[in-house]
Amino acid sequence: MNLLTFPRAALVASALLVLTPLFVPGWIIFIITKALFLSIAVMGVAVLLRGGLLTFGHALYYATGAYAVGFSVKWLGIHELLLLIPLGALAGLAMAALVGLIMARYREVFFAMLNLAFSMMLFGALLKFYNITGGSDGLTIGTATLFGAELEPDSFGFYYFSLAIVGIVSFVVCRFMASPLGYFLRALHDNEIRMEYSGVAVRQVVYKTYLLAGTLGGVSGVLAAFAIGHIVPEDAFWIQSGEFVFVALLGGFGGVPGPLMGALVFEFIQTYASKYFPLAWQMTLGIIMLVVILFQPGGLWAIYKKVEQRLGRKGKGDEDG
Amino acid sequence: MAENTPILQTVDVNHSFGMVVAADNLNVTIDSGEMIGIVGANGSGKTTFLNLITGYITPNSGRVLLMGQDITGLPPRSVTKLGVARSFQIPQLYTSMTVLEGMLLSLAAAAGEAGSFWEPIHRGTWKSEGLATLESFGLDAYADRNVGELPEGSRKLLDIALSFALKPKLLLMDEPTSGVSVEDKFQVMDTLVKVLQQSDITAIFVEHDMEVIERYSERVLVFGTGRVIADGAPEQVLASPEVKETVLGHV
Repeated sequence: MNLLTFPRAALVASALLVLTPLFVPGWIIFIITKALFLSIAVMGVAVLLRGGLLTFGHALYYATGAYAVGFSVKWLGIHELLLLIPLGALAGLAMAALVGLIMARYREVFFAMLNLAFSMMLFGALLKFYNITGGSDGLTIGTATLFGAELEPDSFGFYYFSLAIVGIVSFVVCRFMASPLGYFLRALHDNEIRMEYSGVAVRQVVYKTYLLAGTLGGVSGVLAAFAIGHIVPEDAFWIQSGEFVFVALLGGFGGVPGPLMGALVFEFIQTYASKYFPLAWQMTLGIIMLVVILFQPGGLWAIYKKVEQRLGRKGKGDEDG
Repeated sequence: MAENTPILQTVDVNHSFGMVVAADNLNVTIDSGEMIGIVGANGSGKTTFLNLITGYITPNSGRVLLMGQDITGLPPRSVTKLGVARSFQIPQLYTSMTVLEGMLLSLAAAAGEAGSFWEPIHRGTWKSEGLATLESFGLDAYADRNVGELPEGSRKLLDIALSFALKPKLLLMDEPTSGVSVEDKFQVMDTLVKVLQQSDITAIFVEHDMEVIERYSERVLVFGTGRVIADGAPEQVLASPEVKETVLGHV
């Protein structure tokens, strides 16, 4: 699938995301906002999965972005999104540049577990250095500002800002996946021997992709910090990382649309499942994951593609008839 | 580069896997523009020879020279960058991609753009070049097919085409006709020879099939337990009883 060839679906999705907040109550806007920043981190995980690289530690970058905000607020009193988004991106990038030096050497279960190990080290550090990080109490973030104007987490402003960031990130990820590097990332999953014998430094492909994924994690963490208003060491915990992988599998990791769809469905399931089955909402998620893997391993995006194809064929059939 | 510098030279190359000697004081010189066939019984060190040249294996001792430059110990990707490409006995393809996409990857790699992440890989110049290369290999009809849908002979050719698209100076082919039906093998080789004749690539191919060797190589190297036991024009070399005994196992 060429990632640049679904303008129609992209247009419809963008229109829906732009228009929906005008017709729904604030709490639904907030759920979609949560889905938006979640999808950014998931895109990072999904891009790595495209190369067959599974990470159980991507919360490392999410927490890095979130705590970059936390420290800016605590020490510098900066709440400005236009400064903090690039800062979070840079923090994620810098962390990935360091950790990636090791990660680029590993694949498969070692890659997954080493990522987990690093994220848990950050979790431990955030917990222990409480005079800096606030320990298990975390840090209170307060309200974001955009050009100096306050943006409440459930406001139109914050929603549309998040949407704009998702738009930019989606564009970057699409360009990446359609570029030589994006294709060599897929090739990594297909045939590393052929890559090596094409004169391609396989580790560099992993490293550069890892930088992108880390940066996305950082950006996601910035928006999350302001949306939730409070950051805790659990942002780096393995459950958070697992959630990213869950959503990537739920939505499908073919490109941009999968993580977005996955994140939206995930947030709504979480909200409704915890409302109707307060003690068993994880079980609901588990059952859904089971169903997805059993019947449609490509995730929600693959289901959408199938339906679209069937409708297309039907449409053509009608015309012929 | 001096006029008479051989494109490839192995100097006293030795390698063994435990007790098995795979290269025994190999001294092979390959001149530019040759089409060289390598034959030998199973385990005689033919594939090891390719692996030693491409850096997949570093020899226990000795040197490998590419156009006079010492490439011993370099990893395959560096050797590839210096102008050596290879195909494999079992084709190494990008299984999730279309035939054309695979070509685009080779062209991107040849252009040193494997790491570029903004401009799309589907660009006009690469596409037309990729299609032209596929056409010369007779694979253009498959351009938009997934590589998994190709028949074995075409998979072999694509494996070679991917290496060819890297624009190497030296192309190594490991059994280009193995797994290809008897009817198709000459067609595969004819295609190869035609494409290679239009380039200035020096080619080495390992082959089990005596007919193929006889018909398509200009020079034959016969391997036996890690040594070159005969070297020369195919009609001379293949006529020798010693060679027949070594390669075919009987006279």
